[in-house]
Amino acid sequence: MSLPLVLGGAFLCVAGGVPGLFLPPGAAARRIATAGSVGGSLLGLAGAVSVAVTGRVEALTRAWPLPGAALHVELDALSAIFLVPLFLVSALAAISGARSFGDDEHPSDARRTRFFFGLMTGAIAVVLVARNGLLFLAAWEVMALSAFFLITADRQSRESRDAGRLYLFSTHVATLGLFGFFSQLRSLTGSTELVPLPPGVAGTDAGTALFALALFGFGFKAGILPLHFWLPPAHAAAPAHVSALMSGVLIKTGIYGILRFTSLVPDPPAAWGDVLLVLGVASAVLGVAFALGQHDLKRLLAWHSVENIGIIVLGLGAGLAGRAAGRPDWALLGFAGALFHVVNHGLFKSLLFLGAGEVVHVAGTRDMDRMGGFGRVLPKTAFFFLAGAVAISGLPPLNGFASEWLVYLGLFDRARASGSDALRAAFAAPALALTGALALACFVKAHGSVFLGSPRGDPPHAHGEPAAHVAPMAILAGACALLGLWPAGIAPALARAAAIAAPGPVPTVTLAELASLVTVGLSALALVLLLGVVALFLRRKLAVAAPTAGPTWDCGYARPTARMQYTASSFARGPVGYFGWALRPRAKGAPVTKLFPVSASFESHVPDTVLDRAIVPAFRAGAWAARKGRILQQGRIQLYLLYVVATLVALLFRV
Amino acid sequence: MTHPVDILLVVVILLNFLVLGTPALRMTIRAAALQGAVLAVLPLLVHRGFGWRVAAIAIATMGIKGILIPGLLEKAMRDIHIRHEVEPYVGFVPSLFLCAVGTGLAILFAGNLPLAPEHVGTLLVPASLATLLSGFLVLTTRRKAISQVVGYLILENGIFIFGQLLIEAMPFLVEAGVLLDLFVGIFIMGIVINHIRQEFSSLDTELLSELKD
Repeated sequence: MSLPLVLGGAFLCVAGGVPGLFLPPGAAARRIATAGSVGGSLLGLAGAVSVAVTGRVEALTRAWPLPGAALHVELDALSAIFLVPLFLVSALAAISGARSFGDDEHPSDARRTRFFFGLMTGAIAVVLVARNGLLFLAAWEVMALSAFFLITADRQSRESRDAGRLYLFSTHVATLGLFGFFSQLRSLTGSTELVPLPPGVAGTDAGTALFALALFGFGFKAGILPLHFWLPPAHAAAPAHVSALMSGVLIKTGIYGILRFTSLVPDPPAAWGDVLLVLGVASAVLGVAFALGQHDLKRLLAWHSVENIGIIVLGLGAGLAGRAAGRPDWALLGFAGALFHVVNHGLFKSLLFLGAGEVVHVAGTRDMDRMGGFGRVLPKTAFFFLAGAVAISGLPPLNGFASEWLVYLGLFDRARASGSDALRAAFAAPALALTGALALACFVKAHGSVFLGSPRGDPPHAHGEPAAHVAPMAILAGACALLGLWPAGIAPALARAAAIAAPGPVPTVTLAELASLVTVGLSALALVLLLGVVALFLRRKLAVAAPTAGPTWDCGYARPTARMQYTASSFARGPVGYFGWALRPRAKGAPVTKLFPVSASFESHVPDTVLDRAIVPAFRAGAWAARKGRILQQGRIQLYLLYVVATLVALLFRV
Repeated sequence: MTHPVDILLVVVILLNFLVLGTPALRMTIRAAALQGAVLAVLPLLVHRGFGWRVAAIAIATMGIKGILIPGLLEKAMRDIHIRHEVEPYVGFVPSLFLCAVGTGLAILFAGNLPLAPEHVGTLLVPASLATLLSGFLVLTTRRKAISQVVGYLILENGIFIFGQLLIEAMPFLVEAGVLLDLFVGIFIMGIVINHIRQEFSSLDTELLSELKD
């Protein structure tokens, strides 16, 4: 009964946006679309949760009059663990987006955006349950294209059109890789259905090619370094609720693809795990380093998606290596950690994006160097953003810590083993720790420069925080807290999904025992209690001695101004410098020299190195070569006919 | 060479030379029309059994290739006031020379093809290839759009001759298809010519190169 719920929910999400396309823009169209998204998501959520809890498998097959294709869908625990965040985030983001990207401010774009939002939710759901290669590709393409229309929701802005074009290119190259992947899979298994590979194939050249194609196609969508370059511009340009769904859920379909693929492989070689470990470390460390260099709040969050995808891929690598080494406990910890982080990142990243959307709405800019003091006008947003920041930095007591804990354990257990296995794990674990520390620094910067201090630009006007905006964030923050305080609760579902991702022997102990998740939960609870006691104590003290307002210590400056505060860029200057070899920050401006300096300006940027140094030059070279080819185009019919005949003759000789 | 079909095909080949050799635009149209009319007789001779379908194909070919399309072209020449001279990129003598080389190669090539025994002795394949080549020469070396239509017509004539080989296998499907194809093709080219004239007040395809990006 769960599969019909999921499919029905997906259908409802899609159908909800349709009437709005024909109705005049206004409250009626908005209510229908939002009701469709929320109702469909709740239906789907019910179905996905029931499968995640019980672990049963439901399948449905219908004929599809297309050679090799069948409408074959199947819902198992692995699909369910991805479907739960999809439906949860979709419902909450739809509520938030109905208000923040409404018909008043975007009269021509809002209804289109609502339609594609529902379509994307439905398509992702189908991707996650499809078990036929062609059905998978069809749903994948619908998903990818609706994301394009969502990124370019604000058609008037040149930035979003550019981001959309870059995304469209990337997603089509990725799909091309997937076409190669599925045809290679078909030639190895003899079926377009997603059936297991025969044993022994994975180690051959054909198996390696299959893995490379999967990594390319799915890695592009997931945003694994160096295939991440579409991600920061796209997430920055899209409306906040769209970024929330894209960053929280859409890019995870790439992770799902890799997991579903490895679940079909009976004997993954050890090298696959090592490749994923290296890619994971690179994405995690460089992702957070680039995030530190950003001034744009949403771009910063997008780079954190690269970082978190890196952590997830690290978990996948650890899991695959565990399978190759014949250690089901390593595999369980790695895969369960990756899956847990998929869920967690979906929750806290969408929470952060929804908060960022509200901040950007009030500030009228995404530039953090022009914000400051927003905690006073948006106290609730500031609180929930802080919760998301704590979670994403991997700090207890929230859920980010719990999932990274599993990945750490998987790596530590391996590092304690002997031989070359230990060496590889020993380099990955410190990288994960470095990532966590840098993420913390980055969110101290983001939260501090946005919500604390005094306004750097125009002071934000009092705005109010409507329930439609606060409630989704509160629910997401609550879910983060719940998973952080009671990770043992989700452990059975994770273990079931991990068992599907890693078929073969299962460890004798449960995941909760293996990772002492009850202890983790209790420690988190103790930490919360401790914090509560400290907070109570401080409040008591404040009540006794009422605070007086006065200037802070200002280094002896006679007239401190808001411009003298640490900005987001100056705060991050140190770490950005350490990573200068990869980040290549650009600075412009003259140093201040004399005692009474003339007016000077300074600006610095951290552009995407891969995009600027590799992709753009490659395309310039391509355009140059194409211009050379224009010598063939003379505009004479007679000449074109000659080309046609020359081609025909050449073909004739080849045959 | 005694077969009546071969005599007709020799006429067709000679008409190829005439189209390529004459400087008068009107003459090329009439030569193409005559070629069409000659080809209309061809099915009657190739097929021993004289049925209504053969007759229908002969009449349709005669009507479309021999009368309708040349008539349209002549009317076009009268309506749009252009010089009645062929303007070639490649001169008449070199064109004739190329045509002769092409015809020779076609005969050589046809000798090497694995054909059904009943077609081995005839000129069907060489004539077909030679006509295809001549049509192509007209298409690529002539400048006026009307010459292009004539070239297209001759190209189709070559395909038509080739279709005679397949007549046992696919009776009349080929011919009917070719005729329809030809008719639609000429129709579209007529529209194109009209638009070129409106745009450039000339039929010189050279001017089309202004349209290139």
